[in-house]
Amino acid sequence: MAEELLAITVLWGFVFIYAVMATMDFGAGFWSMIYFNRPKIKATNVANRYLSPTWEVTNTFIVAIVVAVYSLFPTAAYTLGTVLLIPGSIILLLLAIRSAFLVFSNIAEEYRKPLTYISGLSGILIPGLLISVLPITHGDFVEFSDGRQSLDLAHLFTSPNEYAFIGFSISSTLFLSSLLLADYSKASEEMEAYTVYRRDAIMLGPVSIIMAFLIMFTLKREAFWIYENMIDDLPLLLLSLGLFVIGGLALFLPSINKKGVRGIPRLAVIAITLQYLTASYVYGKAHLPYIVYPEVTIASAFTDPSSFRAIFATYIAGFLILFPGFIYFWSLFMNDKRYLRQKQTKDPA
Amino acid sequence: MSDLLIARSLFGTTMGFHIIFATIGVGLPLMMLTAELLYQKTKDHDYVIMAKRWTKAFAVLLGVGIPTGTIAGTQLSLLWPGFMEVIGKVMALPFQIEIYAFFIEALFMSIYVYAAERIPPWMRISSLVLVAFGAFASAVLITNVHAFEGTPQGFRIVDGEIVDVDPWAAFFNPSFIVTAGHVALSAYTTGAFVVASVAAFKMLRTPFGTRVYNFHKKALMLSLIAGGIFSFLTALNGHESAQYLHEYQPEKLAAAEGLFETQSYAPLAIGGFTDRETQRVKWGIKIPWALSFLAGNSFDTVVVGLNDFPEEEWPPLFVHTLFNAMVGIGSLLIFLSLTAFVWNKFLKKEHFPRFLMWAFVASGPLAVLGIEFGWVFACTGRQPWTIYRVLSTADSVTTAENLGILFILFALVYVVLGVAVVFVMLYYFKKNTVIEDINRAEQKNVPLYGSNT
Ligand code: HDD
Ligand code: HEM
Ligand code: HEM
Repeated sequence: MAEELLAITVLWGFVFIYAVMATMDFGAGFWSMIYFNRPKIKATNVANRYLSPTWEVTNTFIVAIVVAVYSLFPTAAYTLGTVLLIPGSIILLLLAIRSAFLVFSNIAEEYRKPLTYISGLSGILIPGLLISVLPITHGDFVEFSDGRQSLDLAHLFTSPNEYAFIGFSISSTLFLSSLLLADYSKASEEMEAYTVYRRDAIMLGPVSIIMAFLIMFTLKREAFWIYENMIDDLPLLLLSLGLFVIGGLALFLPSINKKGVRGIPRLAVIAITLQYLTASYVYGKAHLPYIVYPEVTIASAFTDPSSFRAIFATYIAGFLILFPGFIYFWSLFMNDKRYLRQKQTKDPA
Repeated sequence: MSDLLIARSLFGTTMGFHIIFATIGVGLPLMMLTAELLYQKTKDHDYVIMAKRWTKAFAVLLGVGIPTGTIAGTQLSLLWPGFMEVIGKVMALPFQIEIYAFFIEALFMSIYVYAAERIPPWMRISSLVLVAFGAFASAVLITNVHAFEGTPQGFRIVDGEIVDVDPWAAFFNPSFIVTAGHVALSAYTTGAFVVASVAAFKMLRTPFGTRVYNFHKKALMLSLIAGGIFSFLTALNGHESAQYLHEYQPEKLAAAEGLFETQSYAPLAIGGFTDRETQRVKWGIKIPWALSFLAGNSFDTVVVGLNDFPEEEWPPLFVHTLFNAMVGIGSLLIFLSLTAFVWNKFLKKEHFPRFLMWAFVASGPLAVLGIEFGWVFACTGRQPWTIYRVLSTADSVTTAENLGILFILFALVYVVLGVAVVFVMLYYFKKNTVIEDINRAEQKNVPLYGSNT
């Protein structure tokens, strides 16, 4: 059992990292669109400054997840591949439009507005569809019959649980990204943008927490097994709620290094990330041992042990090789004052 | 159309589209690197301008190459779950390692483009080396999966169960090196000739002897030299690929040559169409003994013909045409670069004649066509198998039905992206002319990379 657990933990780790990076990514694209017509506050500018160098790296994580699923749990990949054909294809189509037009919008200046709208709108739909994978794995919408599996789309799209997940994912995307962009604008000393993003975060935080409650509420009716398992970890769920409160407070506290400014967005980002981390840990743990309830478990789907060991070795080697690269990347784009505080408002392509 | 046929068409279309961007995405960074190094050596601004302009083109191509690659990677699981279940158990390593290559490319591409003015030259060059390396490694690793499909090893199937898995044995399957080499070399060939195409076209549109004309001329010469070297190496290695087919997938070679009867002193058939009824190649040219020599380096090599295999296992016979087209293009590219070399070095002419210039313009699209023909030949020639003699295509395909609508949607999106990418390129390079970049580069303290968007 130990190897399967290790494998599912790695997969869960990828999913979590991607979830955080993707919310930032798709959210930034959306904000860049929303504030397009208000160039004075520089909100679009800050969003693009974050987005331009990072979207490729973020995208690689989604590929990493797909590869991790079929290399660690090939049998689950069989089931998921079969049932996700339609939703997966729609996600891919949106993703293709979104990424391409994001790049095009940075290159073709005169057409920037329509291009930004296309990429912003298609981008914000993606998290809603991506998260649908979770309710699908709860099993209610998958029909297993004599070795064949299929997805009951009509059932899926009439389920309140599905909509709770979609609402949660879109509101979280906007919440987390406005929070991050608030922090990013503050570090970039774009105070007007900071004010705007801080306000957005304050509005969206409560929405996303209400959505989280809605998920629990509908889960109880539609997938009681996972609800029950999650409630077993009630203390951790409460911790997650506590972190949310801390994150919220951090937006109202007076700033440490700037007089007359409210909010310590860095603290808020950290607290909220920890909040999501705790909550997803509880969810992930409750999901075990099933990958797709009730037919596919981590044990039944696990790859060949010798393949697993070889892959795990490359994870370690890959991490050692890539880690310095990530640090360097971070120092150039998240931490370099020359990048953050660009004087002119150019967005290099 | 049956769902299997639609699935094949859909996947083939995705790959055919992705490969255009992917191949140029492997080839162009090497050209950028060459230009950057030449700049460091000669301090001639033209080279750094080339690197900058190619980088912009590369960034736009990535905007399509990355999402279509993501589609390809995910579609493998969505359309071929049976295939990916086996690959997941046995051959996951290349996909896994490829992820690291993608990360390297993505990280250092952003650094090279967005931090160009903030990092020292040696770091810029190192970033570019890593970008080129990442792209090369992606191509080599994904091709390894393709090589495994043709020459699988590293596992056994007992009663339908996969046992005795040795992932590294699968990784180092017999045709890995040769196939990956062919893909990498042909990608470098393509990158070079694509640059040559653009440069030649611009020269035809620019008055002779102007600053801008000379700029394009330098680009043309550079790309013709690179293209000449790589197309020659591609052909040498392609010859070896064919010998591997002779050894490991004889029915594919037989179909490529329209050979039905097993024989020594086998002839090479060029052109024409294979006719199933009469079992011969119609309207083709036959070179006696040549196929035996190509397959095994001696005229008495016995080459196996299609009749030695059950007809259900024959690949489609039109692959003969695809194979000919690829080899034809390869030979033409070598010939073009040799002509240019002789013209320039021995005849010492200032000008290339117009017909030669137009041939250079055609060389880039031809190289891309060569890639397309080669892949369709390689994948279709493997039919009816996804994994040679282990897993059939029919057993790999998804059990989901009604794929037609998906095919239409994906095709539509590819058309939109294809049109948009051409449009954006034309727009950008019209707006940011060579002469402006030259002015920028010659003034000190004006950023070149961060200039314009
Ligand atoms: C610019 C592109 C290009 C050019 C000029 C050539 N090839 Fe090629 N060829 C490819 C691009 C390509 C490719 C697209 O990269 C393929 C498809 C699959 C693969 O491994 O490489 C390929 C496959 C491929 C295969 C099949 C390998 C397999 O099925 O596993 C053979 C036998 C050759 N080639 C042989 C040649 C020869 C003898 C050439 C002589 C000039 C040649 N190729 C030129
Ligand atoms: C990038 C260039 C490629 C192109 C243009 C290409 C083209 C095609 C085409 C046209 C088909 C349909 C063949 C048929 O059914 O007659 C196909 C099938 C397939 N290819 Fe490739 N291919 C490419 C690369 C690859 C690579 C690198 C892999 C390995 C991962 C691969 C794996 C497959 C598989 C699994 C199928 C489906 C089953 C089959 O038809 O054999 N292809 N490809
Ligand atoms: C079935 C076959 C293939 C699959 C599944 C596939 C998958 C992918 C994926 C997932 C990406 C995006 C990576 C990212 O997020 O950064 C990508 C990009 C790329 N692929 Fe493919 N690919 C295939 C065939 C090929 C082939 C045959 C080549 C080489 C000739 C190639 C070369 C590249 C390169 C260089 C990139 C980097 C982006 C670019 O330069 O356009 N791929 N591919």
